[in-house]
Amino acid sequence: MLETLTPIAAEGLFQWAWLMIAIPGVVAGLLLILGKVTNSFGHFLATLAPIASFVLALMYFLDLLAKDESSRAVGLNLYTWMSSGSWHVDVGLLIDPLSILFVLLITGVGAIIHIYSLGYMKNDPNRRRFFAYLNLFIAAMLILVLADSYLVLFVGWEGVGLASFLLISFWQERPSAAAAGKKAFVMNRVGDLGLLLAMFIMLAMFGSSSFADVSAGADKLSLGWATLIGFFLLLAACGKSAQVPLQSWLLDAMEGPTPVSALIHAATMVTAGVYLVVRSGAIFEAAPAARLAVAIVGTVTLLVGAWIGCSKDDIKKVLAGSTMSQIGYMILAAGIGPAGYAFAIFHLLTHGFFKANMFLGAGSVMHGMNDDVNMRHYGGLAKVMRITFLTFAMGYLAIIGFPFFSGFYSKDHIIEAAWEAQPVLGVLALIGAGVTAFYMTRLMLMTFFGEKRWREGVHPHESPVVMWIPLVLLAIGSIIGGMVLNAWIGKWLAPIGAEAPENPSWLPHWSLIGIITLVVVAAGVVLSWYIFGRKEKPVPDEAPEKVSIVTTIGRHDLYGDTINNTIFVTPSKLLGQGVALLDEKAIDPATEAGAHAVSWTGDKVRGLQNGYVRTYGLTMAVGVILIGAALVLSQLV
Amino acid sequence: MTFVAPSIDYLRLAPFLIILGAACLGILVEAFVPRKPRFITQIIVAVLAPLAAIGVTVWQWGSVGQGLADPHASASGKVVSGTVLIDGPTQGFWIILLAFGLISVILFAERHVHSGATAFTPMAAAIPGSTLETEAADAGRAHSEVFPLALFSLSGMMLFVAADDLLVLFVALEILSLPLYVLSGLARHRRMVSGEAALKYFLLGAAASAIFLFGVTMLFGYSGGFGYEAVAAAVQSPTQSDSLMLAGLGLLAVGLLFKMGAVPFHSWVPDVYQGAPTPVTAFMSVCTKVAAVAGFLRLFYVCLGGMRWTWQPLVAGVAILTMVVGAIIAINQSDVKRVLAYSSVAHAGFVLVPFVGAYTVQTGLKTWQMSSVGSIMFYLAAYGFATVGAFALVTLVRSQGREVTALSAWSGIGRRHPWMGVTMLIFLLSLAGIPLTGGFVGKLVAFIAAWEGGYWWLTLVAVALSLVAVFIYFRVIQVMFFREPTAETGTVETPGAATWIVVVVCLVGTLGLGLVPGPVTEVLNQVSAFLMAAGF
Repeated sequence: MLETLTPIAAEGLFQWAWLMIAIPGVVAGLLLILGKVTNSFGHFLATLAPIASFVLALMYFLDLLAKDESSRAVGLNLYTWMSSGSWHVDVGLLIDPLSILFVLLITGVGAIIHIYSLGYMKNDPNRRRFFAYLNLFIAAMLILVLADSYLVLFVGWEGVGLASFLLISFWQERPSAAAAGKKAFVMNRVGDLGLLLAMFIMLAMFGSSSFADVSAGADKLSLGWATLIGFFLLLAACGKSAQVPLQSWLLDAMEGPTPVSALIHAATMVTAGVYLVVRSGAIFEAAPAARLAVAIVGTVTLLVGAWIGCSKDDIKKVLAGSTMSQIGYMILAAGIGPAGYAFAIFHLLTHGFFKANMFLGAGSVMHGMNDDVNMRHYGGLAKVMRITFLTFAMGYLAIIGFPFFSGFYSKDHIIEAAWEAQPVLGVLALIGAGVTAFYMTRLMLMTFFGEKRWREGVHPHESPVVMWIPLVLLAIGSIIGGMVLNAWIGKWLAPIGAEAPENPSWLPHWSLIGIITLVVVAAGVVLSWYIFGRKEKPVPDEAPEKVSIVTTIGRHDLYGDTINNTIFVTPSKLLGQGVALLDEKAIDPATEAGAHAVSWTGDKVRGLQNGYVRTYGLTMAVGVILIGAALVLSQLV
Repeated sequence: MTFVAPSIDYLRLAPFLIILGAACLGILVEAFVPRKPRFITQIIVAVLAPLAAIGVTVWQWGSVGQGLADPHASASGKVVSGTVLIDGPTQGFWIILLAFGLISVILFAERHVHSGATAFTPMAAAIPGSTLETEAADAGRAHSEVFPLALFSLSGMMLFVAADDLLVLFVALEILSLPLYVLSGLARHRRMVSGEAALKYFLLGAAASAIFLFGVTMLFGYSGGFGYEAVAAAVQSPTQSDSLMLAGLGLLAVGLLFKMGAVPFHSWVPDVYQGAPTPVTAFMSVCTKVAAVAGFLRLFYVCLGGMRWTWQPLVAGVAILTMVVGAIIAINQSDVKRVLAYSSVAHAGFVLVPFVGAYTVQTGLKTWQMSSVGSIMFYLAAYGFATVGAFALVTLVRSQGREVTALSAWSGIGRRHPWMGVTMLIFLLSLAGIPLTGGFVGKLVAFIAAWEGGYWWLTLVAVALSLVAVFIYFRVIQVMFFREPTAETGTVETPGAATWIVVVVCLVGTLGLGLVPGPVTEVLNQVSAFLMAAGF
């Protein structure tokens, strides 16, 4: 069984931990309720909220750091939500090494993105609403990670889904944005179904859904139930974290404003699935099959995401594909088991920095290019947007795993752990790293180097200071994040069940796998340069029509939409139409025909009747017959 | 043959008698009070009576059948020679019925939004569109009989819940139904539609009553008595073959499922809900359903509890069919009232899920959980607040002085009237079962009861379908907030005091049940055990 900490009751400063959630929540409410009154200052207030939460979180973090390792989990009981007899459902918060790291990431990156949005959304008529939604998201996400039970987690889970939906379809005047929001909503409901079902089984099995009770009871669970819970949790994680087969909404979610893509669809919300899997470690410990499924889903997604990243021309979609792929790495690590938890969270944190960095960089590029997202219309931007270029380059080096940048440490660990757990997964993860290097280099070359392919009337320029300062902060995180955390994170997360990695130091340990990874990455970079970077073969202005089947498949998101349509949408539409049709066309004529037969003696009587009542009456009669038949059959059986 | 006068425990029966008495008083008011103060007098009677009845019920709360403490408590709750039983569930459902009856009656009294008139026709006897009708409208006439009619119906519902005898149950069914048939036909506008709805409701309701009565006779033939105890005893130790009993069970189920609006006995629901005056729809959609479910519970748990293994799969099938049809057809509707009608059908299916679970003291209730009965009460209360609140808001959306319910008239309405939009949003989220609202807690406790009752597969189906049902409400939300207002979009009238009260109470109820359900579950647990003879 996993060794996990029993939370100690909150006292002193920790009793105010709910403020971290309440501050952004209240600000969001104020901005929405007070309306236009807050137009002039609302966005500043909204920016202060995550900063305040971050300061609080930092205090708690330092407090925990100072504590003894065995008392680093604090439970804060807020109130009894429901009680009947001796059964209590309590609403509480849990502040432990895992949740506080998430809180720091959410509020830290959140605050930076709020600042950036001050510039990015400057001229948007609905700026106040945008900031209110962002704060709503921060509050919901904090509920998600600070919850001490699955039930409370579910509240946050729904909350972030709502905020994400509102923000994806923020530009409602664009039909594509509205459709994307709807799609994200639908796909997320499928994931929510998994979480709900898992929760029901937990409530039925343990009489409680708190993490402590579930962890304590998991090893007494029969294999069948544990596996079922595990698969339902995996379904939930797939929905939120855009993993195969529920991946396709993330690409469409790029319709939202770019800061949203950075905050929600790269750095924080989409990692909720990883959090869920790590948090449910005890369940997966008891269900090896479910755990293997997690690792497989992660591996498949990391390859699918990378594939999509290779074939897109839209800069945000390339980054979205890369997000899927990187989260695939995290899920893979989480699927490896306790040996991988620390790496999953490690990669999640470094990814939070470098991906937010690159998304905001992409936003800065779009800002300068009149909101054009097609990379074929970019080129040579390194000279005119120096700060954006340099900060983006830091994110680029981090994601491909260039030595001593943050991604180098975290991704390397995952590949190695995967290799040790299951060589096949390790090799696939290695290939993924090479492909990542390929498509990220392609993005860099097409955007910042080569010939200018700008459209007429576009005059690229550096973004205002309020936008590039966040870029610089995130770039610093992308550079040093790995070094700083490498030695420390394994030990820090040990209390939640993670096994500390060997060789904890800030220096990388040069293993054979590590060196092979570097070679593969270098190969990806060189290949990409050979195709896209050489002077004698410039990037075409228009996307070439004649491309290999591999590119075509990638451009169509591996036909994710088509598959979804065939599997989910079409049948449910058909079902809806079918049932409606059945009601109108089949049941009506059938019962009407029956009515004719029944009332063939009395045309006059029929003349007095309303046709519909007759129909309804016959429906009832059919129902009576059905119930009678069922009762008779039940006696025969 | 000597006739023994029944012994009646008037005190225990007081809440029912108050409502019945107030209804009779209402008739006298109609006859003797001059026209001018008549309307206000009726309102006072119709509001005070449920309040008094609630007061008496609360005063007597838990005084009979200490449910959980002693599952086989003596039949001390019997009044009227054992044909009416007042036990915990009776009191619990009475409170729910009285509360929602009161709220609906307040909604009846709204005259502000209809520019000084009620939602009811000024003269039901006049031919629609005739000069007589216009004159009556110009003279400011109003049918204040609607208040006593509603009270009569409410008294029938209360009796229905408490009946411990098949004949009383049938009489109560008629008392609750007849006034509803009349009320459905009294809409001020679109009177032909309203009249058609009333006629349909009457014809189908009469058919259902006949089927129900047929079932009663079957059970009488089987057991030789009308009392639940006699039937239950016959089920325990049968003296003849089961066929009569099975026929009776099936026919009674049909009659009750009809009143609940379960598939395939739902066809009247959308037409009648759409045609009836909206305040009446609110009353019907909640109170009728509560009464039908409560009567169904007692009949099948107490009277036919011994046949549980027979009826559980049957009702499970009906539940699935109801959830599927309700959820899927609602998605294609283009009228708000019809959407809410199909939503009400779907909710009938969800209520049947814990019903099938039959998780009670008799079937091994763990003390720390809610029984099927308690969770159904909670579910219905949450459903009631959200539904009445939603219908109250429906009455506010108008165009040229008339209520408009087409979905197209709602496009962008949440943007133009954010307060109304957000309130409606909360009601819809509760109906959809989203956390922080009463609807979520209701689904949670209801599904847990079904699970614990052994019907885990039905719970899984219900959870899946509850997520499908979310789309019903999501679609309305989308129309309200994500579409531009068009020329068709109706205006939202400023509500009068009556509607204000109803909306605020429903809002507080919806959020309260979601945020602090604790006290309510505690209270409901005290009254969730049926009094019944030993040996379920």
